Amino acid sequence: MSKIAISLTVNGERQQLLAEPREQLADLLRRDLMLTGTHVACEHGVCGACTVEIDGAPARSCITHAGSCDGASIRTIEGFGDDAVMAALREAFTREHALQCGYCTPGMLVSARDVVLRLPHADEARVREELTGNLCRCTGYRGIVRAVLSVLASRQAQ
Amino acid sequence: MKPAAFTYARPTDWSDAVKLVAAGARPGAGTQSLGPLLNLRLAQPHMIADLRHLPDYAGVTVTAGMVRIGAGTTHAAIEDGAVPGRIGEIMAGVARGIAYRPVRNRGTIGGSLAHADPAADWVAVLPALGATVVALGPRGERRIAAAVFVTGIFATALDAGELLRFIEVPVLPTEARWGHWKFCRKVGDFSKATACVLSLPDRLPRAVFAALDGPPVVIEDAATLVKDPAPEAARIVDRIAGLAPWRRAIAETALRRAVERMVAA
Repeated sequence: MSKIAISLTVNGERQQLLAEPREQLADLLRRDLMLTGTHVACEHGVCGACTVEIDGAPARSCITHAGSCDGASIRTIEGFGDDAVMAALREAFTREHALQCGYCTPGMLVSARDVVLRLPHADEARVREELTGNLCRCTGYRGIVRAVLSVLASRQAQ
Repeated sequence: MKPAAFTYARPTDWSDAVKLVAAGARPGAGTQSLGPLLNLRLAQPHMIADLRHLPDYAGVTVTAGMVRIGAGTTHAAIEDGAVPGRIGEIMAGVARGIAYRPVRNRGTIGGSLAHADPAADWVAVLPALGATVVALGPRGERRIAAAVFVTGIFATALDAGELLRFIEVPVLPTEARWGHWKFCRKVGDFSKATACVLSLPDRLPRAVFAALDGPPVVIEDAATLVKDPAPEAARIVDRIAGLAPWRRAIAETALRRAVERMVAA
């Protein structure tokens, strides 16, 4: 099967890649670019572990066809090193014990950052609603919700 | 799992896209419904025609009394107010309840409707809003009422080789009263029963009941349902054959709650 050429900006770097036509974005990121922080679990868009940012908005990389991302800008969990909101979320996740095994965490953080920026006045009910697309199967959600709410509160206080 | 092998085409004009689909390619837009089917190998197309690069694939234009929505417009764009006015407010509320925000950022209104999952939100809501579907095929455009567009489970009135191009919804007055309720085990999960009601000042209220094992049920004259929801909901559900008792119970609840939630702007 002939491969298709895909041009992407990933975490700020231009990439020219060749992919099998059937390839989903998550597999391209993990296999070709070794960006294994993007986790693949359910592979049908339900669990949220594979959530990355595509052109500035969170999306499921396991059900987003790699070819359809040609020309897009992708940010994976490895690409938020100098992002202040992500730094605050990481600190809050640690403080609030919002992760245990860490499998859901990269997707959880990408979704949480979107909530903080898009819904700066979200209350607990809204945070819970927004995070229903990211499943955690070990710590549960109390610590995660507390962590997101604490970042929202500290930004409101600024 | 990973998809079975397919070839990939990226048409840049609509006539090429129509030709590819007429030749058997499966159209792909946001792929938020198709992607899972590919990964599960429930869908094994020989070719995907990626519609994302077509001109006017997404976007909203308002003309006399009508809002025209490009099929590739995402649920998130609608949630964030891409459709203006009272109709936009109603649609934004619906969009917020579709799956999860990362899915809504890619998933499209046209893709969802053409996929025709009985549990999908636009499948239930667009007939209630009096929407029209504009299809594009080898012989040009064709208009289909949303009320008859979905014909069964994953089945639509689109002919082989036709693509869903636009969805048109009427501009609504601020007095338009809208009620919508669906039963989901968890926020963002597939609905097990969806009902919605639209009431306009100068005409009979229209209701839709969906998420059955078939196409949505459109109730063109829902005046009795609006007046007396509980007994009329039971009568409507009685007419639907083959519902398990639990399904009957949530179906009646959905219809009743949709009416109870009716509000104007």
